[in-house]
Amino acid sequence: MAYRILEKEEIAPSVHRMIIEARDVAKAAKAGQFIILRIDERGERVPLTIADFEKEKGTVTVIYQEMGKTTKQLAKLSAGDYLEDFVGPLGTPADIRKLGTVILVGGGVGVAPIYPQAKAYTSAGNRVISIIGARNKDLLILEDEMEKASSELYIATDDGSKGHHGFVTDIMKKILDSGEKVARVVIIGPPIMMKVGAGVASPYDVEILVSLNSIMVDGTGMCGGCRVTVGGETKFTCVDGPEFDARKVDFVQLMNRLAMYRGEETEAVEKYEAECRCGLH
Amino acid sequence: MQEVQGEKPGKAKKERTPMPEQPAEERRKNFNEVTLGYTKEDALAEASRCLACKDPKCVEGCPVNVDIPGFIQLICEENFEGAIERIKATNALPAICGRVCPQETQCEARCVLGKKSQPVAIGRLERFCADYEREKGVKAPEVMPPTGKKVAVVGSGPAGLTAAADLAKLGHKVTIFESLHKAGGVLSYGIPEFRLPKEIVRQEVEYIEKLGVEVKPNYIIGRIKTLDELCDDFDAVFLVTGAGLPNFMGIEGENLNGVYSANEFLTRVNLMKAYDPEYDTMVRHGKHVVVVGGGNVAMDAARSALRLGADEVSIVYRRGEDEMPARREEIEHAKEEGIIFRLLTNPVRILGDEKFNVTGVECIKMELGEPDKSGRRSPVPVEGTEFLVQADVVIIAIGTSPNPIIFKGSEGLEQNRRGTVVADEETGATSKCGVFAGGDAVTGAATVISAMGAGKKAAKAIDAFLKEK
Ligand SMILES: Cc1cc2nc3c(=O)[nH]c(=O)nc-3n(C[C@H](O)[C@H](O)[C@H](O)COP(=O)(O)OP(=O)(O)OC[C@H]3O[C@@H](n4cnc5c(N)ncnc54)[C@H](O)[C@@H]3O)c2cc1C
Ligand SMILES: Cc1cc2nc3c(=O)[nH]c(=O)nc-3n(C[C@H](O)[C@H](O)[C@H](O)COP(=O)(O)OP(=O)(O)OC[C@H]3O[C@@H](n4cnc5c(N)ncnc54)[C@H](O)[C@@H]3O)c2cc1C
Ligand code: SF4
Ligand code: FES
Repeated sequence: MAYRILEKEEIAPSVHRMIIEARDVAKAAKAGQFIILRIDERGERVPLTIADFEKEKGTVTVIYQEMGKTTKQLAKLSAGDYLEDFVGPLGTPADIRKLGTVILVGGGVGVAPIYPQAKAYTSAGNRVISIIGARNKDLLILEDEMEKASSELYIATDDGSKGHHGFVTDIMKKILDSGEKVARVVIIGPPIMMKVGAGVASPYDVEILVSLNSIMVDGTGMCGGCRVTVGGETKFTCVDGPEFDARKVDFVQLMNRLAMYRGEETEAVEKYEAECRCGLH
Repeated sequence: MQEVQGEKPGKAKKERTPMPEQPAEERRKNFNEVTLGYTKEDALAEASRCLACKDPKCVEGCPVNVDIPGFIQLICEENFEGAIERIKATNALPAICGRVCPQETQCEARCVLGKKSQPVAIGRLERFCADYEREKGVKAPEVMPPTGKKVAVVGSGPAGLTAAADLAKLGHKVTIFESLHKAGGVLSYGIPEFRLPKEIVRQEVEYIEKLGVEVKPNYIIGRIKTLDELCDDFDAVFLVTGAGLPNFMGIEGENLNGVYSANEFLTRVNLMKAYDPEYDTMVRHGKHVVVVGGGNVAMDAARSALRLGADEVSIVYRRGEDEMPARREEIEHAKEEGIIFRLLTNPVRILGDEKFNVTGVECIKMELGEPDKSGRRSPVPVEGTEFLVQADVVIIAIGTSPNPIIFKGSEGLEQNRRGTVVADEETGATSKCGVFAGGDAVTGAATVISAMGAGKKAAKAIDAFLKEK
């Protein structure tokens, strides 16, 4: 069985959106869940958040950033190509209810998983304040979509090329300081951003959730590779998460575990790129 | 019967025919199969040792009751096709069972020859027949006319494959749902290539597909569909999701980089072929590897780590060698390959450096105290005997529990405190009508053959249930 790529587009430098035909996954998908794909028989199993899905069409959208070998390889595929495996939906769906006002914070490709949540929180009757950010304006993704899905949208860039000059968390802090009653903050992005964001929001009387991206193999609780420490207890991100109470997450451990294969990854990329120059790939 | 030393011309051999195998020095560097299998001459010599007992005890020892004297007789007659047919009448996976079944505690433990000398090497003969058939090309099996009934099997391990085969032969339409990208369960992701070549598992799955069974990989019940939804779509459901949730010890340092559950390590190595540079799978190739545990899983992890190029691999086990649950043969093979056994030893904490990488394991010596509930003498730490073992990879192989995903969205499926599905031992019937369960999901981690036995019993019960429906 193979899964067809219906659309593929580079939406920011090295960031790609791909729409894949996967009826069973689309039918069951909920905001907050992810999939695991494998390009071919020799490939890695790579987890990616479900950035969008259309149940009737049977399609699932993923957005990914070129990082290592697999995502670089993935970037070379185009509409009409096939993926060997595409399994999901995985993970516990986000707990989406009517809460009042919700702040959604997305950084970098972390905006991709924030987008289905924005839609879901909005249709559940919440006032959704979204804050999205990137290093510069070229790297911003899903701006129009987020605009539509949210009650209010704020933008931050590290270099000030668009919106607020600085971090998404600056805007988040300002809103929390304004005295507006906020029930929940959801922060998704690079681990360091989530750690800082959680720290900034911590003193306020608000629920803070983060979506963790630990290293995974099966995504079903079988391997134990995705373990993270939350509130002093070992949890498996793939089944107990990926969303957790940010105040309880051991981010230092998470970041260290993510660095586990850094040496091997660099090697794999170097090997892959050397092979590519030979013109055969 | 009196023991005679040596071999008499024209008479049956007293000693078991040895299994040809790769020399330890060589095999510790590759993932090729350790045991090479009997030649025709070996098989004939070994088969001739069987007494063809009138009341064969060996059959009672076999969880699926293979007609052992029957198939061995056929080997003696050089009717190998007949022999494999005889085995397959009750055992759908002989190439697998012939390799990984703990025969020494099952059929071979009961063989009358074992009282005076060594039992007939039943497992090796079984493997010989299955391999013979595979080389000749497996015959298209016969199936009964379609009954129009649909059965869903959740999990493609030995229990699922066995039940699927039996149900398909009876004319039912069977669909197997498997969460991983490849079928086979532990046979694919857990047991290493050097003990069970994946090509064999693939062929067994293919055989089951030839019977008309549809295998749907990448399909997680509890996520894509709930059990309740499955019940709406199918006339009966067989839950055989295994015991794939790894246990950890809860000691300091367990989440350091380089600490693996055996499941993760073995999945990366076996299913994802991390030992093959052509694959993108990453795994740490440790120089000093410590494996915690004493079962087959620990042996497999230790021997895999050795083959990935470790200088030193040791097994840390809290009881003695006699208490080790691993198969004898695997313990012997591991020793021959140079795995160090640190018995009556338990890890206390795992140590790491500032970069969060494992550097060693602090262990403590143990002694055996009073028997516990399981009847085994429980290990007690000996105070003040802590010592340090250097390690850059630590693999935890202390057991697994059933995966809870299946219980998501399944009204009325009873689960006990250990997380296993409550099911009738004889029929596999659960508290939920039309839902049967078996294998490791019910018993907790057990064996391939017991999972197959459960698959057979449930297939029978499911067939009866469908006829009544
Ligand atoms: C639940 C979840 C959802 C995710 N969603 C997205 C998403 O929507 N978009 C996106 O761009 N990325 C997402 N990621 C991260 C993405 O899976 C990794 O970036 C990807 O695996 C990198 O693969 P690579 O081979 O290109 O890079 P590699 O060379 O393998 O590694 C680059 C970095 O990716 C991380 N990584 C590597 N392998 C894995 C793995 N098997 N699991 C998790 N992380 C890994 C490591 O931190 C590593 O430093 C998600 C991760 C998880 C766990
Ligand atoms: C490393 C290792 C070595 C072993 N060595 C031996 C040995 O030498 N001899 C021996 O007899 N036994 C051995 N065993 C034990 C033996 O493999 C198991 O007892 C046996 O495989 C159990 O079979 P099963 O069919 O119940 O489950 P499994 O083989 O565990 O298969 C269950 C399958 O269900 C799938 N699944 C789980 N949940 C879902 C879901 N929700 N939806 C869809 N699919 C799902 C899993 O992915 C898996 O493929 C070993 C086990 C391990 C781990
Ligand atoms: S008990 Fe031993 S000797 Fe007797 S039939 Fe079985 S295998 Fe042959
Ligand atoms: S990814 Fe294997 S347990 Fe979570």
